[in-house]
Amino acid sequence: MAQHQVNYTSSGGLPIVLTSVDKFINWGRSNSLWPLTYGLACCAIEMMASGASRFDFDRMGVIFRASPRQADVMILAGTLSKKHAEFARRLYDQMAEPKWVISMGSCANTGGMFNTYATVQGVDRIIPVDIYLPGCAPRPETLQYAMMMLQKKIRRGSANMKKNQKQRFV
Amino acid sequence: MRKYTPKGNVQKKAKYNDRFWVAPSVARSDYRSDKHFSEVVEKLSKEVKVLDSYVEIGQLVVEIEAEENLKALKNLKSGSCYEMCSELSAVDYLSQSGEFEIFYQLLNLKKSKRVRVITRIKRGEAIESVISIYKMANFAEREMYDMFGIYVNNHPHLKRIIMPDDWEGHPLLKDYPLEGDEFASWYEVDKIFGKEYRDVIGPEIRDQAMVDRYDTQRFARVGKEVPFGSNPEKADEAQTPVSYSKARFTNYTKGSKELDKRK
Repeated sequence: MAQHQVNYTSSGGLPIVLTSVDKFINWGRSNSLWPLTYGLACCAIEMMASGASRFDFDRMGVIFRASPRQADVMILAGTLSKKHAEFARRLYDQMAEPKWVISMGSCANTGGMFNTYATVQGVDRIIPVDIYLPGCAPRPETLQYAMMMLQKKIRRGSANMKKNQKQRFV
Repeated sequence: MRKYTPKGNVQKKAKYNDRFWVAPSVARSDYRSDKHFSEVVEKLSKEVKVLDSYVEIGQLVVEIEAEENLKALKNLKSGSCYEMCSELSAVDYLSQSGEFEIFYQLLNLKKSKRVRVITRIKRGEAIESVISIYKMANFAEREMYDMFGIYVNNHPHLKRIIMPDDWEGHPLLKDYPLEGDEFASWYEVDKIFGKEYRDVIGPEIRDQAMVDRYDTQRFARVGKEVPFGSNPEKADEAQTPVSYSKARFTNYTKGSKELDKRK
C-alpha cells in the first residue's frame, strides 16, 4: 500500500524503520536502565548478586553506576533509617531526570519488621516509588523481574515525563 | 505441617498477661569459693569501698561507689590483670529506684575470668570517664550518653553516636515509646520537606495488618476492582460491596476433614 517504494538494497543499504518518537525514546530509555550503586541493608546483598555473573544484570542493559549523576534508577535495597532518610533523598535529588525508583524488600516498602522509632515506615514517605518489590529479602530473579516490570512501565508511558502521572510530593 | 492456630487479635494481645510478673533472678554464690576472685576482691577492697560482691554464672560482680569507678578499674587492670573492657553501658532502673545502673564488663585474657563492676547513679548525675584506662570507653560512653542521656565527665568528644545529632530524647530509656514520640515520628518529614508537609504526607502507618478498602493505590479490592488511583466514595459501598466468599477460606483448625472436603 506504500505510495513510495522503499528500496532496501539501495540508499546505502540501510533499511528504514518507521516508529513514533515516543516509542523510540522509550526503547532507548528502557533498555539501558542504569541503577545507582546504593545499598542500605541485607537486600543490597541480593542486589549485588543480581549484578554479578550468576544472575547477570548486564545482559538486560542494567549496569550499576557509582554516581547519582549517571544513574536512572534508584534501588532502595534495605531498611531506611530516619537518620539516613535525608541523604537518600539528597541522592534522589541529585539524579538527573528521567528517573525511577524501585523499593526493594519489606523494609523499604513499609518499614517491615522494624516497627520502631528509628526506621522510616516506607520509603514512599520521602521518595516517589515506581515499583514495590515484596520479599525479605527478594531473590535476585525477583529484582530482575521488577526491572522488567519497570521497563514495561516505561515503554507503556509517554516519553514526555510530565505527561506520565506520577505520585509526587515535591 | 504445624497445626494452625487463629491469630486474629495477636497484635492487640500483650505478650505477658501478668502485670506483676517478675523475671526469676540468677542464682548467686559466694565469691570466696573461687581463689582467684577472692584475691581480686581482697586487692580491690584495700583501695575502694566494695558495697557488694558475689559470683553470678561464673562471673564476679562487684558493686562500688560511682565516685570511685576510676580507682576501681585502675586497680583491677593493674592489680588483677583485667586488661580488656568488653562492654560498658547502663541499665534503666528509674521506675524501681530512680537510679541508673552503670556496668563495666572486664575480661582477664590470661586466666579467662570476667568481672562486672556495677555502680548506681541517680537521674541527672554524671559519671567520670574511664577512657584513660580503657580506650574502648570512648565510643561506649558516647553510646551510653546517646541512649540514656547520662553525662560523662572529662570525655573528649561527648556527642551522639547512633542517633542523629539533632535528635530529641534518649531511646533506651524505659519511658521512651517503642514507636517513637511525636518528634521521632515526623523526623524525616520535618527534616527533608519542612513541617508544612506533614499534612501532605500524613502520619505513619504503624499497623502492618491494616488494609484500607478505600485506598485503590496500594490495595486491590478483590472481586470488585476499580481503576488504579480512583476514589470510591463511602456511599459506593452499597453498589460495590466487598464480601469474601466463605468457600474460599478454609478453617484449618477444624481438622483434616475440612481440607478433604475442599479437595
